[in-house]
Amino acid sequence: MWIYAIQRTLYAIPIAVGVSIICFGLVYLAPGDPIQSLLPPDATVEDVAMIRRLYGLDQPLPIQYLEWLMRALTGDLGTSLQTNRPVSYEVFNALGNTLSIAIGAVLLAFILAFALGTLAAYNRGKLIDKFATGISAVGISIPNYWLAIVLVIVFAVTFRVLPATGMGSGGSETFNWFDWNQVKYAVLPMLTLAMIPLGVVTRSTRSAVADTLGQDFVQMLRAKGLSNVAILTHAVRNALPQILAVMGLQLGYLIGGSILIETIFTWPGTGFLMSKAILTRDIPLLQGTILVLALSFVLINLVVDLLQTLVDPRIKRA
Amino acid sequence: MRLTQSTLGQMKALVLAGAAALITTMSANAQSTVTVAMTAGDIPDWSGQPDQGFEGYRFVGYSLYDGLLAWDLSSTDEEVDVVPGLATSYEVDPDNPKRWIFDLRQGVTFHDGCEWNADVAVWNIERLINEAHPAFNPAQFARARSRTSNIAGAEKIDEATFAITTSDEESLFPYNLPYVFMVSQCAVEEAGNDWAAYSDNPSGTGPYVFESVVPHERLVLAKNENYWNEDRIPKHDKLVLMPMPEATTRASALLSGQVNFIEAPSPDMIPALEGAGMNVVTNVYPHTWPYLFNTMEGAFTDKRIRQAANYAVDREAMLAMLGGVATESYGAYIPEQENYGDVFVYEHDVEKARSLLEEAGCMPCEIKVAISTSGSGQMQPLPMNELVKAQLEEAGFEVNFEVIDWNTMITMFQQGAVAYPDYDAINFSSAVMEPFSFVRGFMSRYQSPNGGNWGGYSNPEVDDLLEQALTTYNIDEQNELIREAHEMITEDAARLFIVSDLNPRALAPNLSGFVQAQSWFQDMTPIIVE
Repeated sequence: MWIYAIQRTLYAIPIAVGVSIICFGLVYLAPGDPIQSLLPPDATVEDVAMIRRLYGLDQPLPIQYLEWLMRALTGDLGTSLQTNRPVSYEVFNALGNTLSIAIGAVLLAFILAFALGTLAAYNRGKLIDKFATGISAVGISIPNYWLAIVLVIVFAVTFRVLPATGMGSGGSETFNWFDWNQVKYAVLPMLTLAMIPLGVVTRSTRSAVADTLGQDFVQMLRAKGLSNVAILTHAVRNALPQILAVMGLQLGYLIGGSILIETIFTWPGTGFLMSKAILTRDIPLLQGTILVLALSFVLINLVVDLLQTLVDPRIKRA
Repeated sequence: MRLTQSTLGQMKALVLAGAAALITTMSANAQSTVTVAMTAGDIPDWSGQPDQGFEGYRFVGYSLYDGLLAWDLSSTDEEVDVVPGLATSYEVDPDNPKRWIFDLRQGVTFHDGCEWNADVAVWNIERLINEAHPAFNPAQFARARSRTSNIAGAEKIDEATFAITTSDEESLFPYNLPYVFMVSQCAVEEAGNDWAAYSDNPSGTGPYVFESVVPHERLVLAKNENYWNEDRIPKHDKLVLMPMPEATTRASALLSGQVNFIEAPSPDMIPALEGAGMNVVTNVYPHTWPYLFNTMEGAFTDKRIRQAANYAVDREAMLAMLGGVATESYGAYIPEQENYGDVFVYEHDVEKARSLLEEAGCMPCEIKVAISTSGSGQMQPLPMNELVKAQLEEAGFEVNFEVIDWNTMITMFQQGAVAYPDYDAINFSSAVMEPFSFVRGFMSRYQSPNGGNWGGYSNPEVDDLLEQALTTYNIDEQNELIREAHEMITEDAARLFIVSDLNPRALAPNLSGFVQAQSWFQDMTPIIVE
């Protein structure tokens, strides 16, 4: 298994290089220019040229890319053009902030969806099944930025039980998971983020468990006279690897941060950071963020694969 | 899952209105704190020259720092003028029109206790123009550039006097100085000339002192008890600045009591905010929303077609759509400004527009216009441009929009129409706060990419008047010349004049004392929190 883990980690290298080349190219292909966010709009040609030189943006693209790559290999992701702070500082702060709600959202979604999906599969065609299918359709199809605005209006503006925006009363630096006065800032973003995974995981749990329940070995268990609960336990255990894979993907999507949700809640996470980097063409920041996110996605998939092996020894990784 | 902007807006307004009806009281803000929700996507840089456009100057620049000159923001009904700041007076050297001599205010100290004097003044100018200066910083250099590009150097005359030399003679030079902030030399040197380190402990002379920051989230400033201008010592303890780019979020944050001062609520939310007891304030200010014509190539090289467009636009219909947060515009200045003059007013007249187009032989008159999806000062670009398009097409134009993002739009503006010959116009908001911005917008020598004259507008008579203004040192005579030039460009239909903004803001009912000046900049210090 360890050899497999190391192999998978090594596979991450070409993925990271590929991702970084593509996004480097895309930023340059897109119209707009990082210089424009630094200079006043009526700047002269000479000033533009001077700033380009001062920031090293006058070099040919491949050189700029290689320089960036060389530094990135040593762990130095460069400095944000806009804030002048190290990119690694910016990205890891934002990643921490996004993870805090993403993990919460996925756990919440997973627990609910797992229970709901299993019950639905076991009671196919009955009321509970229709309810679960309904929840899953709602979760997948409601635009979550709309839901976010509605939740804010209901809970923050009308009933005033939860705050509308921000990460804690003093900002992310004083955010604390063990203090309700801070945690309450995370409730609405977390609920909103949980909706899509809730829908997706409910649906896949239902179908995975239902599939398993239809298999021969379940007939066999029934024939042996096992109780319904025991049969369900067996079925769920067999369906679990598939559900875990879906959940891992969902967590991967969420750590990318949702630009819309984080903007609505002014949550200082990766989505918010990335949208700012895109709008100002802050190339080092954008590159650094995408690289870290791509690697996190690879890492999460690896962890999920290993978890699957633990849960189901039939899946051999060698 | 895509909703049109107006449906979404209506939806938001509807839900907010319902919510607002349920609110009866605002929670009292215990501390004497003004908490501002800005439209910016990030906290403006607080280490000297701010970024994030004029919003950065408004909330961060003028709070922490002062320039040699300042704006008088104390009135709602008078045009904002330049007044003494860290310099008490200035004059142009009688023997050399390129040398400006400043008497510096005495007894002013920076927040860190260091003294303000001629050495610090010279150091501040040098750091912004000289790449070899130990405290040179590319970002600060870049942001100050359109104000400092004519500065050749600075020299100390004595402790209380210093001089700035310009490269070209320019009578309007002093208008640049409120935009150039003076920072504490000791603080920067203590930080080893490292601006990132300096930003942990910034020090200016302004009415607020830096207290703390959570990057991207909030900047906390505290009242400067020892501010040199006693009339402007803040009447509250703290000023907290929070970036909140989404208009719905700003409104919710105000309604839920998380902030008590918001910038630019969207027009469809104003009734709901007012219904909940918020004070919505507006005022005229030099912010127009025009189309800048490409006058070097294409349809708008013809004055008749420019005039036709100006006749075709129904400004009243636009005001109705904007719910009263704008006024009609017929010039680059606004009527409240001294240099507005007796402009030519293009009343809405579709027939006249049609006959002008026919006369010019351009029917249907196909034009290509770049518009942005959002951006500083762009108001509500998408619905507003849709309306302009409908109005122009009624008169015989055929309008093709190229919709681009704000950064691309700035690139386009900076490079000028000369780099985009197939575009006939761009929708780019304009701020003529002082004569210099006007000159840069309309003189042919400032044709982009060498200034703010995007479309390469060139009118020898206007050039002549403005050339004279640039060498006239009597302010009244200077204004006379500029006023005449302004009247000329309106008659010449140099732009498609549409509306000017009234900049709505909403304040919680427990805030009083705010005076909305006719400016992009505002004085936060008189606000009282009850």
